[in-house]
Amino acid sequence: MTVVGTLHALLGESARRFPDRTAVEEPGGRTITYRTLDALTDRVRDRLAHLGVQSGDRVGVYIPKSIDSVASIFGILKTGAAYVPVDPEAPPARCAYTLNNCSVKAILTTAKLESALRAELALLEASPALLVLPHDTPDFPLAAMLSAEDTREAAPASATVYPSSDSLAYILYTSGSTGKPKGVMLSHLAGTSYVHWCSEVFSPSENDTFSSHAPFHFDLSILDIYVPIKHGARLVLIGEALGKEPLALAQVIAEQRISVWYSVPSILNFLATYGKLERYDFSALRYVLFAGEVFPVPQFRAVKALLPHPRYVNLFGPTETNVCTFYEVPATLDPDRTAPFPIGHCCSHLRCRVVDTDGSVVTPGEEGELLVSGAGIMDGYWNMPDRNAEIFDIDPDGTRWYHTGDLVVADEQDGFIFHGRRDRMVKRRGYRIELGEIEAGLATHPSVREVAVIAVADPHAGTRIKAFLSAHNGEKLSLIQLKQFSMDKLPKYMVPDTFAFIDGLPRTSTDKIDYQALKAQA
Amino acid sequence: MEDIIRIVKEFILDKFLPGEDPAALTPSTQLMSSGILDSLATLDLVSFLEERFKIELEARETDVSRMGTLNDIAQLVQPKLPAGK
Repeated sequence: MTVVGTLHALLGESARRFPDRTAVEEPGGRTITYRTLDALTDRVRDRLAHLGVQSGDRVGVYIPKSIDSVASIFGILKTGAAYVPVDPEAPPARCAYTLNNCSVKAILTTAKLESALRAELALLEASPALLVLPHDTPDFPLAAMLSAEDTREAAPASATVYPSSDSLAYILYTSGSTGKPKGVMLSHLAGTSYVHWCSEVFSPSENDTFSSHAPFHFDLSILDIYVPIKHGARLVLIGEALGKEPLALAQVIAEQRISVWYSVPSILNFLATYGKLERYDFSALRYVLFAGEVFPVPQFRAVKALLPHPRYVNLFGPTETNVCTFYEVPATLDPDRTAPFPIGHCCSHLRCRVVDTDGSVVTPGEEGELLVSGAGIMDGYWNMPDRNAEIFDIDPDGTRWYHTGDLVVADEQDGFIFHGRRDRMVKRRGYRIELGEIEAGLATHPSVREVAVIAVADPHAGTRIKAFLSAHNGEKLSLIQLKQFSMDKLPKYMVPDTFAFIDGLPRTSTDKIDYQALKAQA
Repeated sequence: MEDIIRIVKEFILDKFLPGEDPAALTPSTQLMSSGILDSLATLDLVSFLEERFKIELEARETDVSRMGTLNDIAQLVQPKLPAGK
């Protein structure tokens, strides 16, 4: 097979090879074959092209995870534009900010989300075209919307655009330390080089069934969507609600005969703790892939005791590189092991190096920052030239090295060992959080005078977020009101677990917030 | 009913809202959309309900429509209790 350098070419190829196989399935709901999915995405392409969407544009996908959101993504790619997936569970103001930040030309959304989105976009004086999927339709809502649009005005057939592989394919927004999300720009080459690496390592086939647990605005979705599509395999979508129901989820994994599972470790821990896994047969499962946060070894053992057969692989990397290192957990684990697993060796489509604060490569065994270069790394952050100038080192031959901010030590046998972060970015249930974004959100509360947020490791709950607040007039605010306020301002996963009230924040001698002192209090 | 509400209220205040004024948590306070209970906390609450009241909850009973407030929870738990309690 010729390796075509765009992500949507993977769908075209599988539609030719496996037209009648199931491409995507919603548990308990609809399924779609490769042929039908390909045809549906052609219709999305035609409609968007008719709206003037073309190569170089961005289009938002603001739809709960579904066959329709998968079809929207491929339809957008077929116009040559890049897609911007936005969290349907996040506050509408944050979503509108994101979509407006990269000036999307159009947004696919649903009737349920439409009015709040329109109101927020109006505040930003943004007016992208909106394609709204109806609810309560016996058909696929996306197909129903396209038919309704066709009745109003036919969209002439357009050709699928195959832009050069260095063209922008998608933008994933991640937490930003200044309080605003930042857009990580990934090219078709970044996506396809990673997908081909996955093929090499996991040898998938059309007989595999992949899970899609992570939301589409999360970088785990790149493996979830494109690896099965490339191989003609079946993709089982785990929607937002099902993903949080361990009992129902366990049943779906077993009954759908999922063979490749990919999620953050906390979900595996949820499943082991609350999913009553002993009830079901998981013999189809051949790989359990995990990423996004450290998997505490005791929790890992509990999962492995319930699911002993599959191979377990730790995939590591920030959104900016997708996955850059990987480590397969040995089938037999040293019973005395308590230290977290290594993050492992550099993926073959990338190069890794470890440098000190001056940028010099350290000797093996010394701690330093992990830098990554190669086809899989991002182009940069959307519209942040200053940040982009800092985040890459450029070799004399033009090679760009991305500063991951991860502190690691190289071990000859196990590859890299993760030691921590250079900055205040933390992971909570796999979600990446800049603590500064939470602080910026809480600081907008009219009664809050000062705020500082820290993350505390908790053996049961993983990472817990603790906010320290001082209020004007020393008043004590209601916790329930503060939680509600946080829910309105921030994505759910950023809402602090606890709030503590103090008269004033501790300061260092240089008048910076003394986070170490706060951690000592926590 | 009132007993269930009182017991669950105590659990939530103790576990997820330490230091909150008990009067602020009413039988109709939204527990999930307000951020008081996230998905992990909800699972903890389900485990607590199952153990404390010796009942079994099915997956589809643990969503926001059945457990959105203390009132909802009491209505979910009450019919499952052995008769006479």
